[in-house]
Amino acid sequence: MQELINRAKELLADGTVARVLGWKAGDLPYNPEPAYFETEESLKDFVYNGFCGANLSKYMIEASKLEGKTLVCLKPCDTYSFNQLIKEHRVDREKAYIIGVGCKGKLDIEKIRKQGIKGIESISGAEITDEAETLTIQTIYGEKTCAYKDAMLERCHVCKGKEHKIYDELMGESKETKDADRFAEVEKIEAMSPEEKFAFFQNELSKCIRCNACRNVCPACSCRKCVFDSNKFDSAQKANVDSFEEKMFHIIRAFHVAGRCTDCGECSRVCPQGIPLHLFNRKFIKDIDTFYGEYQAGEDTTSKGPLTNFTFEDVEPSIVAERG
Amino acid sequence: MQRIGVFVCHCGSNIAATVDVKKVVELAAKEPGVVHAEDYQYMCSEAGQAKIQEAIREKNLTGVVVCSCSPRMHEATFRKAAERAGLNPYMVEIANIREHCSWIHKDMEEATKKAVILARAAIAKVNLNAPLQPGESRVTKRALIIGGGIAGIQTALDIADAGYEVDIVEKTPSIGGRMSQLDKTFPTLDCSACILTPKMVEAAAHEKINIYTYSEVEHVSGFVGDFTVDIRKKARSVNMDKCTGCGVCQEKCPSKKIPNEFNRGLNNRTAIYTPFAQAIPNVPVIDRENCIKFKTGKCGVCSKVCQAGAIDYDQQDEIVTQKYGAIVVATGFDTIKLDKYDEYAYSQSKDVITSLELERIMNAAGPTKGHLERLSDGKAPKELVFIQCVGSRCSDDRGKPYCSKICCMYTAKHAMLIRDKYPDTNVTVFYIDVRTPGKNFDEFYRRAVEQYGVNYIKGQVGKVIPQPDGSLLVQGSDLIDNKQILKKADMVVLATAIEPNPDVRKIATMLTASIDTNNFLTEAHAKLRPVESPTAGIFLSGVCQGPKDIPETVAQAGAAAVKAIGLLAKDKLTTNPCTAKSDELLCNGCSTCANVCPYGAISYEDKEVNDHGIRETRRVAVVNTALCQGCGACTVACPSGAMDLQGFSNRQIIAEVDAICR
Repeated sequence: MQELINRAKELLADGTVARVLGWKAGDLPYNPEPAYFETEESLKDFVYNGFCGANLSKYMIEASKLEGKTLVCLKPCDTYSFNQLIKEHRVDREKAYIIGVGCKGKLDIEKIRKQGIKGIESISGAEITDEAETLTIQTIYGEKTCAYKDAMLERCHVCKGKEHKIYDELMGESKETKDADRFAEVEKIEAMSPEEKFAFFQNELSKCIRCNACRNVCPACSCRKCVFDSNKFDSAQKANVDSFEEKMFHIIRAFHVAGRCTDCGECSRVCPQGIPLHLFNRKFIKDIDTFYGEYQAGEDTTSKGPLTNFTFEDVEPSIVAERG
Repeated sequence: MQRIGVFVCHCGSNIAATVDVKKVVELAAKEPGVVHAEDYQYMCSEAGQAKIQEAIREKNLTGVVVCSCSPRMHEATFRKAAERAGLNPYMVEIANIREHCSWIHKDMEEATKKAVILARAAIAKVNLNAPLQPGESRVTKRALIIGGGIAGIQTALDIADAGYEVDIVEKTPSIGGRMSQLDKTFPTLDCSACILTPKMVEAAAHEKINIYTYSEVEHVSGFVGDFTVDIRKKARSVNMDKCTGCGVCQEKCPSKKIPNEFNRGLNNRTAIYTPFAQAIPNVPVIDRENCIKFKTGKCGVCSKVCQAGAIDYDQQDEIVTQKYGAIVVATGFDTIKLDKYDEYAYSQSKDVITSLELERIMNAAGPTKGHLERLSDGKAPKELVFIQCVGSRCSDDRGKPYCSKICCMYTAKHAMLIRDKYPDTNVTVFYIDVRTPGKNFDEFYRRAVEQYGVNYIKGQVGKVIPQPDGSLLVQGSDLIDNKQILKKADMVVLATAIEPNPDVRKIATMLTASIDTNNFLTEAHAKLRPVESPTAGIFLSGVCQGPKDIPETVAQAGAAAVKAIGLLAKDKLTTNPCTAKSDELLCNGCSTCANVCPYGAISYEDKEVNDHGIRETRRVAVVNTALCQGCGACTVACPSGAMDLQGFSNRQIIAEVDAICR
């Protein structure tokens, strides 16, 4: 981390960048938050550790409009989102100085809590330079330990790989953390009967409080004006007919990001209600892979997404009827 | 609030027999915005139209819903009527209660219910309609014909005779197409070349016609009236201005073992060649893949013998960019490959040939100088078997589901000519059906049977087995006598199915003209607009649209020419105002719409916008309304809902759905 800070200071000092987009410590040991640093002095608050899950790509939409370049720290999986935003002309590559930061899997505080570890005062072992396989957690009830792996975010178990898809320079080691099948959960749901599926999603989505965190954090949800906020569409003001109708929000959102979602997992990470929102997107990704061949959004900045492209090999619309 | 009039048509008994029109009037009158509702026997009649106009004037209608037949039928009629009464024509909507309702339902109560719902949906839409103004675009008075066969030549001649400039683009070194390969033509048995070559000469000599042979269409942009086309003139390696067409180069060329495409590979040609003696232009090309000079750098014989100094090894491909108002596709056909039909032993025996190969054999300029002989040993065949429907009317995926249409007639022609010229040769034809609709066609076929003694057997051939003695054993069935037949033959001729030229897919994609599952170009309307593509400004001539014989092709070529002339005769075109429009305050500039637009109608510009006080320069989508065909693909793809289709806005469609679901 110190190396990263030193480099950031250098780039600020020589005028290469006008600001640094990274993370600073939050009010708790496990909630660092995205932050801009405009002076060398301010970089003392810079942190980068296992809890820095936040994908900073989307912040570059606004940062692209600012004077000068912005140094942005991107983890391997964040670079897919950044590429996708370049493809959609939402960020300006020339305005970004990308440091590809190493990643050894990001942590999920909820997973630690689920192990009965409460009253957390401090956590060690989460530093990016730590080689520890175990987290040591000081709590008001004494010291607890937890395997790093057991505290990882779901998305890190299905990691897309340690390669940065776009960067100006690289810093720090990355680790392969994939140990699960990306589509296993989707397949389980696919195997359900329609009634079971409905019950499953009704149950999950009934927790939604419409805080919009999933939408606000999503790099694909980058519309200047979201249809759910616009008075041009009847969705913003419509009164609900039943309690489930509000949850259509998630279904519509999944359609809007279909083919553009890089599966960065931010929606599920930020959901205060713990809804596995990424499952919707992953179902779309699985279908797209099946129908149009393997496709990873954000792999590059030029290819046409399968849903906005036409080839003679495309499946016929009747596939929907055949599959039921 | 709109003031809407609803007009319910009886269509004689077409609608009124199944739909209670009085009930539709009664219920429609209660819908929001409706101030007038009436029914009439024939709304499209002059009296019916007068009723609509009267109501518009007297009740100050701002919108009209006509519950009648399909909008394809009379939308234009009613819109014009409304316009004459002072209403914007795009304030008229049709509820199709005939094709969508009365014709497909039997129960009056149910059908009436549905008619009311359809009326309700149209009323809900009109409530959100806004007047639209069509724009104008200019017309370039020049036509492009893709394909230089008889279809393309005829269309070119007809358009040129009307006084417009025409360019023909032909892929091969000469115009003439398939017809130039044929020997005689049915049902008159006149020589194909004798009737085709004068037309070729006429086209070449016509002051309004410009022919690009050995050339291909590379890129098409633009829209009806204003297409821009890049044509690749492939390097001929022969200077067209200098060449005298003496032919010495072809005689002297040492590379002589190249399968002759014009003779279907039955003999060989040289590397520098003209496809046939009457080729237009009579200027050879060098086939660079097979030329020794191009392969090894040594040779140069043609250059040495050419008195005119026309050989130019350094010639490069040239791109010509030209503007056109209309494009006619006349890309023709080829016979299908027979690799899936091993049972006919086509690849095993030289004496199993296709009918097109027989045309070349029968032709005096062909590989056998017109003598009917076996390609294996040069002997005259005594027993000849024709097999019909090879790959046509095929229910599996080996062949084509359609009838190739020309085979029954040309097989009768071949059989008759052979019996006439070689009376001691027996001719047998295996057929599924003999199809001879056409002027003098059935008489022609009957002549083959009755006067020339051609043996027609109803039944299919299961297998052709080459025998050790060089003959062929044909195993077939006779469905009339209900027996299996084993027949010894010296030669078997396959009436091979025809398919559109494989290049048509590429061309259709460039033109955004639609093609069907068999790669035939689709018409704008199968019955009422058979020579127009659904893409405006694109016309269809010849077999690219469907199998047809020469007279039909020529007739269709003329029809396509008339349609093209009708377009070129206009100075300005009215554009459809139902085009996409982007709300620049909602647009993300993400390019999704441009990616899905099949017409290349969307571009982007950096524009200064004022978004509720925030002034900034944004990348926003801009629709070229002249290019936009109103398909709506962009409106579905746009993630932010910035793209909308005028006249079919998302709100209007949702209102229709809501009205139906109410």
